[in-house]
Amino acid sequence: MSWFGSFLKSSIGQKIIMSLTGLFLIQFLAVHLIGNLQLLANDGGQQFNLYAKFMTTNPVIKTVSYLLYASILLHAVQGLWLWSRNKAAKGGKYAVMAKESSTYASRNMGWLGIIILVFIILHLWQFWFQMKMGWLEMKTYDGVEVKNLYAPVAYAFKQWWYVLIYVLAMGVIGLHLHHGFQSAFQTLGLNHKKYTPLIKFLGTAYAILVPLGFALIPIIFFLFR
Amino acid sequence: MKLNSNIPEGPLADKWTNYRGKMNLVAPNNKRRIDIIVVGTGLAGASAAATLAELGYNVSAFTFHDSPRRAHSIAAQGGINAAKNYQNDGDSVYRLFYDTIKGGDYRSREANVHRLAEASRSIIDQCVAQGVPFAREYGGLLANRSFGGVQVSRTFYARGQTGQQLLLGAYQALSRQIATGNVKMYNRHEMLDLVMVDGKARGIIARNLLTGKLERHAAHCVVLATGGYGNVFYLSTNAMGSNVTAGWRAVKRGALMANPCYTQIHPTCIPVSGEYQSKLTLMSESLRNDGRVWVPKNMDDVMAIREGRKTGNDIPEEDRDYYLERRYPAFGNLVPRDVASRAAKTACDEGRGVNQTGLAVFLDFAAAIERYGKAEAHTQGLHNPDKGTITRLGEEVVKAKYGNLFQMYEKITGENPYKLPMKIYPAVHYTMGGLWVDYNLETNVPGLFCLGEANFSDHGANRLGASALMQGLADGYFVIPYTIGQFLSKEIRTPKISSDLPEFEAAENATKERVEKLINIKGNQSVESFHRRLGKIMWEYCGMSRNAEGLKKGRQMIRELRAEFWRDVFVPGTADEFNPELEKACRVADFLELGEVMMVDALDRNESCGGHFREEYRSEEGEAARNDADYTYVAAWEWNDEQPILHKEELVFENVELKTRSYK
Amino acid sequence: MKLNLKVWRQRSNNDKGAFATYQVEANEHMSFLEMLDVLNEQLIAKKETPVAFEHDCREGICGACSMVINGRPHGPQQGTTTCQLHMRAFEDGDTIFIEPFRARAFPVVKDLVVDRSGFDRIIQSGGFVSVNTGQAQDGNAIPIEKDLAGEAFDAATCIGCGACVAACPNGAAMLFTSAKVTHLGLLPQGKVEHSKRVLSMVKAMDEEGFGMCSNVGACSVECPKEISLENIARMNRDYIGASLASDKTV
Repeated sequence: MSWFGSFLKSSIGQKIIMSLTGLFLIQFLAVHLIGNLQLLANDGGQQFNLYAKFMTTNPVIKTVSYLLYASILLHAVQGLWLWSRNKAAKGGKYAVMAKESSTYASRNMGWLGIIILVFIILHLWQFWFQMKMGWLEMKTYDGVEVKNLYAPVAYAFKQWWYVLIYVLAMGVIGLHLHHGFQSAFQTLGLNHKKYTPLIKFLGTAYAILVPLGFALIPIIFFLFR
Repeated sequence: MKLNSNIPEGPLADKWTNYRGKMNLVAPNNKRRIDIIVVGTGLAGASAAATLAELGYNVSAFTFHDSPRRAHSIAAQGGINAAKNYQNDGDSVYRLFYDTIKGGDYRSREANVHRLAEASRSIIDQCVAQGVPFAREYGGLLANRSFGGVQVSRTFYARGQTGQQLLLGAYQALSRQIATGNVKMYNRHEMLDLVMVDGKARGIIARNLLTGKLERHAAHCVVLATGGYGNVFYLSTNAMGSNVTAGWRAVKRGALMANPCYTQIHPTCIPVSGEYQSKLTLMSESLRNDGRVWVPKNMDDVMAIREGRKTGNDIPEEDRDYYLERRYPAFGNLVPRDVASRAAKTACDEGRGVNQTGLAVFLDFAAAIERYGKAEAHTQGLHNPDKGTITRLGEEVVKAKYGNLFQMYEKITGENPYKLPMKIYPAVHYTMGGLWVDYNLETNVPGLFCLGEANFSDHGANRLGASALMQGLADGYFVIPYTIGQFLSKEIRTPKISSDLPEFEAAENATKERVEKLINIKGNQSVESFHRRLGKIMWEYCGMSRNAEGLKKGRQMIRELRAEFWRDVFVPGTADEFNPELEKACRVADFLELGEVMMVDALDRNESCGGHFREEYRSEEGEAARNDADYTYVAAWEWNDEQPILHKEELVFENVELKTRSYK
Repeated sequence: MKLNLKVWRQRSNNDKGAFATYQVEANEHMSFLEMLDVLNEQLIAKKETPVAFEHDCREGICGACSMVINGRPHGPQQGTTTCQLHMRAFEDGDTIFIEPFRARAFPVVKDLVVDRSGFDRIIQSGGFVSVNTGQAQDGNAIPIEKDLAGEAFDAATCIGCGACVAACPNGAAMLFTSAKVTHLGLLPQGKVEHSKRVLSMVKAMDEEGFGMCSNVGACSVECPKEISLENIARMNRDYIGASLASDKTV
């Protein structure tokens, strides 16, 4: 095997794939949130729809989005594969579960990831798929014709069960991020007495604020729009 | 039998150098064809196996542990001596030699000890090169501290885990040779017999502890590095698995057991707390630098403490007897180990022991905490600090010096040693005796070598602190790799030894018979219960102080116990499975024979020296009285069931004058 | 104190194994292993097979003890091996679950005894400095910064007990391996073959069937010598460097 192949196949190499794709997805969440916040503009969806058009037509963004799909896929497939391999390496469970020695999130990244994956599939089906398949009605702003993605979003955010699923999913993402953020740095070897506390703080803040930001939007829609 | 120590001619300081220069060598092409068995993988065994393999010999190494890294060398806390004179305080090879001879109460061989002192310097270099993380000064150079019984700072250390770091260094060197294939490592294998062919040691019978299968291993020679036998006392600071079996099997095949009565009792151990106790824990000797040892003067106070009505803190200063400071004003709490231990025993024999069992004395840090607290307050510019501040500051200083030991004490006893004085009592720690070896570390059995604590050679009647690690590594790294050539150079024409020889078959059958006999007794008492009883007899009659009457009685009791053991022991399970109880039974059976020889040796030695204190032989002030005229010899015992046979090796002192040790 | 013990009994690695229940009368001054000694004496008195458990020095340094007490390797006390754990950490009437270290790379030998020889093989793959006896220069020839020596010592203090693997939900040996990589890699003597060492040791670790690190951190929490997770990060870093930037391959 080539040196690069053996690097990627090693346990550390495999984890680095998780770490890099994870970090990419982490930054994507922030970008996605910025987009979503435009739902709150209270302009009947104009700004949001224009933004959505930009995101789906700009060639640079389109290229990055392929990277994103690949990252999600790789992170999920690789994650599941490592999860099952690690379960096999453990070989058995203890009769008593020791909760003191690690966080809930760190022990359950696999389950959290699966829930998130299911949510992403649902999410894609509901919005992304509709956008791509052209099943959306068109709207014109200042002579520019765009797909009205705002309509299905606004509709979904009025369904109590959907808002509930969405908010719960954000909770799960928060947990996943809480471990994943600093874990990604640790895997890359970025652990330092001086900086790690900062990374941990940022990770915690990110894991709270970003999912909270996402969750607030459907809640506001549900309650006030 | 004439015991020839094979000490080379010439002036003391040149003996080893000259001898090495003229030694017979084995050529590299011949080394490849020579097999060596090393039993035991502690400091001595691992370093020997690694070094012999580096030289090109085929080595097979054996340990009963699951990994060579678990040998009890790992537990040594304090440090390792070396005559480096890095501190510019006047240390030298001669001074280390002299301190060791004197500390050993003039009962060791000059030439061996001098060689040890010479090798000490190379050991440090070797260990540093292996990556042993010794303590350093701010300038990046090696740090030293001082230890009991000497006036220079020559002890190298790695916090309180020097033994661990040195053993891991040797283990890693060994691992490297295992990876190259030069060492074949047999974990979980216990040597149960020595195989002799034509009068030479040519192999061993080992039991695979996982499967119970007896295996034959043949080689051109056998090296034993199997540690000390302190566990004959049941309670000791040794590991639970430490045993005499390999050495004792060699004795049963004709090797001699030298000076078995020399036992080092360490004064600062955590006292026994109950009948269930399985082992004793050492508190480093360094504690005596700051702790004051005392017992109450009045029996009323003693009883009040035992019944829990008072603690040590409640006893006023004038009612305390700081007996070491009283009896030995010159050295005070820092008298050598044997002296401190006997003084504790005396205090407890007078009925002044301070725990429920009456077997404990106080080691008190209150004075040190106050002294350090005041100094620290002064440094911080606090004038008129209150008592609370002094105590807090003092405790911080003590914590920085001994924190891990205090923590260990609290874990074991549940008492806070910062607030209450520690309770300590002496415990068996090290055995200076062992298989008799000559200057080449070869026993009287040709082809059988013995290293480290398992041999008798370097510490005389008492070992100084931080010298055990030094001896183990000197033997393994720097002595045996040379001296083994004296034997093997004559064996280059000897073809590979076959394990199909009738001698191997006979030894295997004898071992098998013995193991099955143990299993088939199916009596009513556990192995553990016999071991405990043996330990009590040994401690009572052959412990810190001995007398002729007690030794005779003890010997008789051991003989009876041995008979009872072979009649009524219960060993569960079978011989052909993983069976820790059977392993224990094999070891206790050997301890039951060794114990008797220890009594015989102690009875023979009508003097008090080092770790051997005979109540009949003491000075007018009650101190140990040596008898140089009649007992300046090594007592090497040949096994005989009726009466062990004594062989003497006279000790010749050409370079040091024999003096009485005084610490007054 | 009266204790209710649920002890894992398993005749061999091929056997399935199950918990057995025993009552033991202990006292608070006993160490945990002495309490098990009492149990074994009881079993032997009834001519039953005693519980096999590994132990040796009983002072927290040999690394032999290998049991999980109420789900935690070496029991509930921080920085403490099983042999140093005393019964005063428990209460009268407690039920205590005692199991072997569980990991595929640590097959059960019998009851609470497991086979940890995988650790030896990881060390054999490169956990040493390649220096023969007698080749060394003077011990003071290369100064080593005091704090650096201290940091190397902190990693070198590993007792090879395997609690890290036992605590890890993935059965990973990263803390053990990284402690040795760090110990030797920090010192000038070990730096010489550092790249090769980190590549070889990670490879050996993977081949032994240990799991992969997901930075759970239980290893460090349960480590009786409290070895830091920083070592794992350092090994990750050094592995990336050795794989991508050095000319070494294994």
